[in-house]
Formats: sequence, structure tokens, C-alpha cells
Amino acid sequence: MVRGASLPITIRKLTKSYGEVHALDNVDLDIESGEFLTLLGPSGSGKTTLLMVLAGFTRPDYGSVCFGDREVIRLAPHKRDVGMVFQSYALFPHMDVRANIAFPLKLRGLPRREIADRVDAALEMVQLGGYGERRIDQLSGGQRQRVALARAIVFEPRIVLMDEPLSALDKQLREAMQIELRQLHEKLGTTTIYVTHDQREALTMSDRIAVINQGKVVQLDTPRRVYDRPTSRFVAEFIGESTFLEVECVEGTCRLAGQPLKVEDTPPSSGRLLLMLRPERLQILDSQSDSADNVFEGRVTTVVYQGDTFLLQVVLDNGARLTVRGIASSRSMARAPQAGDPVRLGLGAEDAVLLPDQPRT
Amino acid sequence: MSWLDEPASETQIPHRSRLWLYVLAALVLTFLVVPTLIVVPMSFSGSQYLEFPPRQWSLRWYESYFASSSWMQATVTSFKAGALTSLVATPLGTMAAYGIFLSRSRWTVLLYVILITPIIVPVILVGIAVFYAYVRLSLVNTLIGIVLAHSMLAIPIVMLIVTSALKSFDMNQELVARSLGANRLKAFLLVTLPQIRFAVITSAILAFLTSFDEVIVAMFVSGGDNSTLTRNMFTALRDQIDPTIASISTIMIVVSSLLLAVSQLFARSRKD
Amino acid sequence: MAVSSSDVLIGQGRPNAAGLRRDQLFERWTLLALTAPALLLVLITMIIPVGWLFWLSFLADDGSLSLEHYRRMIEQPSYGRTFLITFEVSLLTTAICIMLGYPLAYVLSQLPRRIANLCMIAVLLPFWTSLLVRTYAWLVLLQRQGLINAWGINLGLWDEPLALVHNLNGTLIGMVHIMLPFLILPVYGNMRALDRDLLKAAANLGASPTRAFWLVFFPLTLPGLLAGTLIVFILCLGFYVTPAVLGGGKVIMVSNRIANDIELFFNWGAASALGVVLLILTLLFIALAARLVRLDRMLGGGPG
Repeated sequence: MVRGASLPITIRKLTKSYGEVHALDNVDLDIESGEFLTLLGPSGSGKTTLLMVLAGFTRPDYGSVCFGDREVIRLAPHKRDVGMVFQSYALFPHMDVRANIAFPLKLRGLPRREIADRVDAALEMVQLGGYGERRIDQLSGGQRQRVALARAIVFEPRIVLMDEPLSALDKQLREAMQIELRQLHEKLGTTTIYVTHDQREALTMSDRIAVINQGKVVQLDTPRRVYDRPTSRFVAEFIGESTFLEVECVEGTCRLAGQPLKVEDTPPSSGRLLLMLRPERLQILDSQSDSADNVFEGRVTTVVYQGDTFLLQVVLDNGARLTVRGIASSRSMARAPQAGDPVRLGLGAEDAVLLPDQPRT
Repeated sequence: MSWLDEPASETQIPHRSRLWLYVLAALVLTFLVVPTLIVVPMSFSGSQYLEFPPRQWSLRWYESYFASSSWMQATVTSFKAGALTSLVATPLGTMAAYGIFLSRSRWTVLLYVILITPIIVPVILVGIAVFYAYVRLSLVNTLIGIVLAHSMLAIPIVMLIVTSALKSFDMNQELVARSLGANRLKAFLLVTLPQIRFAVITSAILAFLTSFDEVIVAMFVSGGDNSTLTRNMFTALRDQIDPTIASISTIMIVVSSLLLAVSQLFARSRKD
Repeated sequence: MAVSSSDVLIGQGRPNAAGLRRDQLFERWTLLALTAPALLLVLITMIIPVGWLFWLSFLADDGSLSLEHYRRMIEQPSYGRTFLITFEVSLLTTAICIMLGYPLAYVLSQLPRRIANLCMIAVLLPFWTSLLVRTYAWLVLLQRQGLINAWGINLGLWDEPLALVHNLNGTLIGMVHIMLPFLILPVYGNMRALDRDLLKAAANLGASPTRAFWLVFFPLTLPGLLAGTLIVFILCLGFYVTPAVLGGGKVIMVSNRIANDIELFFNWGAASALGVVLLILTLLFIALAARLVRLDRMLGGGPG
């Protein structure tokens, strides 16, 4: 497998409508060569449609898609040279593992010797060496997924597309496969577009995440920035948990319920904004000694133990309700407030994220 | 006999109270099977009146069948017509089913309905209509005329069976094949067709039988040298009960049963 | 980033729109073209000839447009008798099929799968055997010197050979035999698919086996029964072979009449008019079936 032979993808004004519904709404996207980009969004957001347009199976109303500097939007799927893995794997049941993987190579007319070598190499790469003669119905879910993967990369495509390939696997297998896929990507260096609705999966595997909603790319950023610095309420709600409090900002200074708010970044605009609070970023302060950039006072209503973490449901003095998450250790559990206790919460300026005031989606 | 008091269903009714039901079911089952099968031993009866059990076992009705040039000619015609019908109707019907299944145009419903009409329109009407047209096209009493008419009758059956098979086929496999480098035709031939082959084979067999067993259209459209077996049988039946027909019937029953067994074998082996 | 030819188009509102639309149309027509050969065949051998016949039915013997064939159908009582016989035979056949077929389907649906599958072969065998052969078998069995009469007399059930064939009785027996599988298959399928837990629930809630059957099981099998009934009835309407062979000339259904009009009288006008009426009747009942089955599916979701 040759490293570094992948292509960048340029998408301009991509639009696909079904009647009144915009599955894709003038999408512009630049994907770098060799990058692992995840398309993340709820069902119906258009992420699968976008993938299908890239593969050539869905014809958009208009737009431009370039692989490298070649316009491919009208190119037939079988000429696009992209590797694809489907959610249902779509392995050919009437062929054994070897024949499945050899399929694209046979179509390209490669000599038999070379096909055999490449199939062996592909099987090794997905850790299924020796499974060549098995029939598809003899394989487990995880094994089938690997065969699908091997088949999609054996012909060294410059771009790989994956449509929720892990969603049919159980949790533990899924998490193990996420890491394996990531490692495979690092080895091959192929531009990979990955579709999922699972935000944790997206955060784990991607170089960048494109959050998609209602046919538009709502935010395109690294996982870190998408999580720490969402640019809209939708992204903040879709990724991780959050609570929102209203703040008023005038010329760079913000106030929350009358109190000044210390914020690291410049507010996006003036007027009414939302302060996003992540449960794990709120610190539980000891009554006297601890301090933080921003302090909220309130009372604990419920304590929920969740094994590795614990949750506190808190009502602030100004009436707002918050959730606070803390790591559950023997010591922290011993020091944690009980239901009914007063509590002081701290928020660092770097964790105070302001968003435009949008309604709940 | 203790099983009589065992519960027979979820409502815990004992078998004893339902004995009448079992007897009735057994009788109906007998009614369904026996008349067809009983022709077989009766065809070996030596007497004119086809007794059961035969007092004398004899092959005379088989001899009269094989010795008769008109019966033999008719048999050859029927087999030829059946094979050709299968050869014509199966690809045409499969292509049409595939095209309609994949197409998302608003014409597909109309097309589907048109292609199903041969089994909706009463056969007698089809028979006289085809006869009327064939008289003008000079296709009466020709093999090609019969094959065209029978293919038309068989196409809906092929379509129904193949469409049903396509519905339970994972079309993603074709998409994957195309993403791997196969154009639409190759994807169909290499991936889809091998997996719907049982449906295609079954519909080919049924197309053959549709032609082989067909009476009404054949009555109007086949004749002379190109008379089918069923047409001759029907004409003979209306005049008098020629016992030779018993031997022909037996042969036809054997052919049908063999084909049914073959198709069931295919269906079973698919499940393995 | 390299400049591509499409960069030129991107300045416009909708890059590649025209080309994509062309591709879409091309694909659509290619797929529909696959149906063309079959369509052509059906069009040429059936649709057009039947249309021709329609046309014929409105032509008088001298070639002018007229409704005389249809008028004759209403005026002459023999046509009324033909339709009466057709409906009579169809209704009787359907009723007998229900009475014999429903119990059999029920018993089969209660058997373990493997035995049921074996028995289903017995139900399917008539399906795969030629119609003519089956009709002939009945001819042989029912004739005066035939098996049924021989056994009946031997067992002392009756003295004189009964006239079981070449009349309505023989026709009915033959038609029931042909039509039974058409009723059994949908009913059986419906019964097999029923949730057994429903009967357990009924018993648990206090229903006796009989009441559980009539209040729970039977209503749920109505869709299959309705489907089977309509299939059988519609098939009976247009049936030809069995009444022709077993009816002995005394059972003349519409299709027999049409055949006679052509073969004996060369009366294309009358035959085509009758054919048109038969076709319309068939289509009416199919439309009725379509509506009833849809209604039933809706009712299946509602109460009772």
C-alpha cells in the first residue's frame, strides 16, 4: 500500500432537493488530502446524501465536486476510484472472503499472481490473515466489517468513504474498531470521509469534524474546537451535554443576572447571548478557600452516582438549573455535597463560551 | 390414544373435540391429491373403461400414444413451444422487472400494470383477440405465433417472481460493486443475477409450464402441423373419452411433478 | 489549489445543472428501455388485439357503428341465462371452496412446520399439474362406468349409476378441485403469520376455545379469506375448460358462450361484445377486491 497518494476534495455549491426539502443546501467544503474528516449530524441532516453524491450514487441538482483538480460530479460511480464501506457491509454472499476482496482487482484486469498477493496483504492489514477461504455467513459482525474494509482499500483508492460502518456492532467492539480504523488511516494516509451520528465516535476518530444540519455545514473544525468552542447552539447541544444561561453583553462586557462575567474570548456580538456550560467544566468549590474567575451560588437538589462519574443537579440563586459532573473517587464522593446542601460552583474564563441567542432546535 | 386428550392449541381444546376437523381436513387433502394421482395407475388398465385397480395391466394406451404420429407431432410441438416460450419470456420478464424495480419514474406503475394485464384479462378474450389478430398477420397455426402468445401470457408470472426476489435482495450490493469498478451491466451480471438465480430458474420453469399446459389460446391459434398436445387432448375430450389421453396425462403429471421437485430442491438448497 | 474547468462555471448560479439533468434523464430512459421488449410483446399480442375487439363490438354486421350487439344481450333472455349460470357456478364454487378450504388451512397452520410443508406439496401438486389433466381425471372418475359410481354401487350406497358428469354437478366438482389451492394458499399464509400469543391472551381472559376462535382467530384471518375468496370468484367468472369438458354442453358459462359464438357461428360482433362485458365485470370485481383489501388492512389496525 502506497502512502500519500490520496487526493483533496473540493465541494462547491452542492445542492440536492427532494420537493420542498433541501437535503443539501449550497454546501461548500474543502477537504485536505489525507485527512480524516467526519460528517456528523442527526438523521436527515444530509450527511449520508453528501457521501452518496461523492460516491456518485445520488445525483445533485447542481454543484461541483473535484477530486484533486478533476471535476467528477458527472462521472459514473464505477469510474470514480473511491473505496466505500456501507453500514450493512454489503458483502457478496455468493463469494468467499478472497473473492470478495479480489473483486475490484479482477475488474481492473490485474494478473492473477498480483491479485493473490494484494488480497493477502489486505487481509493481513485488517488482521484477518488466513480467513480467505471462509464464507461470508461464517463470519462475525466485526469480521465482516473488516472484510468490507479490506475490499474497499485493496485497489488503493485515493479516497475512502464510510457510511456509519460501526453502527451495527456492539459497544465494546465498536470502540475497539474505532481505534483500529484510526490506525489503519494513519498507515495508509488516504483521504477518508466518515459519516456518523455518534458524536463520541466523531471526536475519537477525526482530524476534523463537519457538523451538518438541514443540508448545511454548520461548523467545520478540529474535534477539540468543535467541543470547546461550538459556534452555535445546535452544535453545542449536539455534541456533549450543556446548559444555557442568558447573558447581556454591551461592547465586550457581559453580565449574567446582573453580575459581571469573566470571558476569555471576545463575544460574537452585542445584545443577548447564551452562555454555554459543560457539566464537567464547572468546578465544585470548597466553601471558603477556592475561588474561580466566575462563581455561582446555589443549592443541590439531586445527587446521581454513575459509576465513573457523579452528577449534581443544582438550582442557582438566580433560579437557573444546572448539571455538574465530577469524577467519582472515594475522596470526591466523600467531599461531595448532599441533596439540599448549598454549593458554590466555579467557571474558568477559558471555559465560558458565548453563543448567539438561538431558539432550541 | 392418550394424545386425544392432549391440548391441541393455545386455547387448550383437546384433540378429541376436534376429531371431526381432522377427518374433514384429511378428506379434503385426499380430494385434492387423489384424483390427479389416480390417473397414473388407471392409465395401465387394459380395459376401455380405465378401471382402478386395473383388472388387466397393459401398456396399450401408451403404445397407441407413441405409435400415433399425430400425438407425437403434437408432443414435439408442445415441448418446442414450451422451451421457446421459456427462452423468450424469462429474459424479457426479468429485464422488465429489473427496469421497473430500479426506476423511480412515475411511469413505472402504469408499465407494471400493463405488463400484468395478461393474467387479469380473461383467457378466452385473449384467445379470440389473438386469433383475430393472427388471422390478419397470417400467424395462425405457426409455431412462432404460439410462442409469441404464450410468452405474453408467461411474462406477468416471470415479473411477479423476479420482482419479489429483487425486493428481498440487498441492492446495496450492486452499489458496492459499482463503487468497486463495475458498470451497471457488470454489477447486475456478477452480483445481482447470481443471487436471484433461483427466482429466475423457477420463473423459467413456470413459463415452460404455462405454455405446455395452456389450452384456450392454443385452441384458437395452433393447428394443423403445429397443433399442441393440449389442443389435441381437448378436442379429443369433447368428442369422446379416448383412453390414450390417460397415458398422455400420466406423462404430463410425471413431467410436472419432476419440475416441481426440481424447483423445490433449488428453494431448499438456497436455505442451506 | 489547482484551477479546474468547473471554476469557470462556479461563478454562475448553478454549476453543472444542465449536464446533471441530462444525466438524470438518460439514466431514467435507459432503465425504462429495459421494459421495452416485454412491453412491445404485450402491446402487440394483447393490448392492441383486445382493443380491436372492443372496436368490433361496436360494429354492426354491415360495418356501421351500432350498439346492436349490446342491445341483443339485454333483450335476448339466453344471454341473461348465461350470466345467471356463470354467477351461479362461481358463487357455488366459491362457497364450497371456503367450506372445504378454510378447515384444511386451519389444520395445516396448526401442524409443525415440517409436516405442514409436506402437506403443502399436496396442495401445490394440483397447481403444477395441467388443468386439462385434472379435468380429464374427473371425467374418468365421474363417468357412469367410472370409479365413483363403481365404488358407490359396490358399497351399496346407491343402485343406479349417478349422473355425476356432463352436468352442473360434475362441473362444480371439477371447479372446486381446481380452485381450492387458490383459496387455501392465502388463508394458510394469513393463519401462519398470526401471533399465537393472541389466542393465549384470549384464553387467559376467559374465552372458551369456541369463543376464542370466533372472536379472535376468525376475524384476524379475514384478510386472507377475503383475498382467497375474491381470487377464486374472479377466476371462476372467466373459466372455460372445466365447464366445457365436464358440463356436457349443459353448463354454458360466459366464456363457453364466447367460444361457441366464434367457433360455431363466426359471430365476432356478439362474441366481442360478450368479451367486453366479461372483462368489465372482471375489472369491477378486481377493483372491489382492491378496495376491500385496503379497507381491511386499515380495519386491521383499528378496534374490532
